[in-house]
Amino acid sequence: MKKNRSLESAIAAIPSGAVVMVGGFGNPGTPFSLINELLRQGQTDLTLIKNDANEGGHGLSRLIENGQVRKLITTHIGLNKRVIELMNQGDIEVEFYPQGILAEKIRTAGSGSFGFLTDIGIDSDITRPEDLLDWQGKTYKVEMALSADYALIHAAQADWLGNLLYQGSAINFSPLMAMAANHVIVETPDLGAPGRFKPEQVHTPGAFVDSVVPLDSLTSDYGILEHHVRR
Amino acid sequence: MSAADRILSRAVMEITAGSIVNLGIGLPTQVLHYLPDDFDVQIHSENGILGAWKQAAPDNMDPSLIDAAGAYVSLREGASLFDSAVSFAMIRRARLDLTMIGAFEVDAQGSLANWKIPGKFSPGIGGAMELAQKTKRIVVLTTHTDKHGRPKILKECRLPLTAKACVSRIISDLAVMDVTPEGLVVREKLTDISNEDLQAQTEAELRFDIVGASHGLD
Repeated sequence: MKKNRSLESAIAAIPSGAVVMVGGFGNPGTPFSLINELLRQGQTDLTLIKNDANEGGHGLSRLIENGQVRKLITTHIGLNKRVIELMNQGDIEVEFYPQGILAEKIRTAGSGSFGFLTDIGIDSDITRPEDLLDWQGKTYKVEMALSADYALIHAAQADWLGNLLYQGSAINFSPLMAMAANHVIVETPDLGAPGRFKPEQVHTPGAFVDSVVPLDSLTSDYGILEHHVRR
Repeated sequence: MSAADRILSRAVMEITAGSIVNLGIGLPTQVLHYLPDDFDVQIHSENGILGAWKQAAPDNMDPSLIDAAGAYVSLREGASLFDSAVSFAMIRRARLDLTMIGAFEVDAQGSLANWKIPGKFSPGIGGAMELAQKTKRIVVLTTHTDKHGRPKILKECRLPLTAKACVSRIISDLAVMDVTPEGLVVREKLTDISNEDLQAQTEAELRFDIVGASHGLD
């Protein structure tokens, strides 16, 4: 079955109030086209889950700056002073996790389990007494699985069954989120017929993917950011 | 030589041949540019790279290859790319030999605070808690005082901690200090400063056990 969808119809499936995972670490892997369509359609009261908030004026930050986001679940927003300001003013709720713990919470949901035990941050401010579990003489922190209604993913290449390939450091959270969300929407600039990939090279098998949106062109967000180039 | 140059040119000497090293956001990521081109090291970047290397020539830069701070990197021969769960499995399984990391505050017990200044600047945890808790050796790179001249090297951290008693060594623009059971011990001075002046800029009590000539002055 072909999973091809138009940008507009794929994003129109998302209602206000939805919990949405967004792939990407900084720019690589960020599905800018899907995000910009969500901005255009204007769904509100969203809970977003992403490693970071992108940088001011770009990607996820635009949704936050536009007031469409109630809560952000993330690991690091140090490169986005605007979102830090909105957080400090109380305009948006921000929940921080250690990066690998966020990844593992998502991976756990994606593999159909409910939680795991860890010692990360166990004696820090991020742990409440009720998060602790004594088990066979040791104390652990319980981390629950984290799932979502939707995931927005950028793939370097895809076929119309939803088999995905990522590129470079754009893998990051994408294959994990593709497994953890109930409805997975993928954008790709390179969509082709099944059979184009060697089966053992597929990063995300099509079973996890619901919609594939072909992109005719990529905006400047997908290119080299001049301010990150070392001169 | 600027304060940053002094820190970085001394910090690069911490990297031993054959090791796996993570360089945190801020000063530490700059250490990469002080490494000789043929140096035997694998740089781990928590966004999913083992074997990250210096920025490619402008024509060859790949927008999908960045380090955790957003700087463009290249890949060395033998590099691998993986997802964030694998990247942090590597960290939590203690496969990294060394992490260099920045600090808002660091103290005499080797405790580190670098993720939250309540109500002011909270960048978030990022990879810092797992790196600090699980890497074999943590070296903090920091200016000795903050931009208002206040000590960053304290008796005890006041900000929310990233991890307790995790730091082995502190390299500032003024000195190299080791965290020992007896407190901080100054091993090297990186500039021409008296013991008294160094102590005056440090809240934690310093002991002095200077080894050999100062580095970073040549």
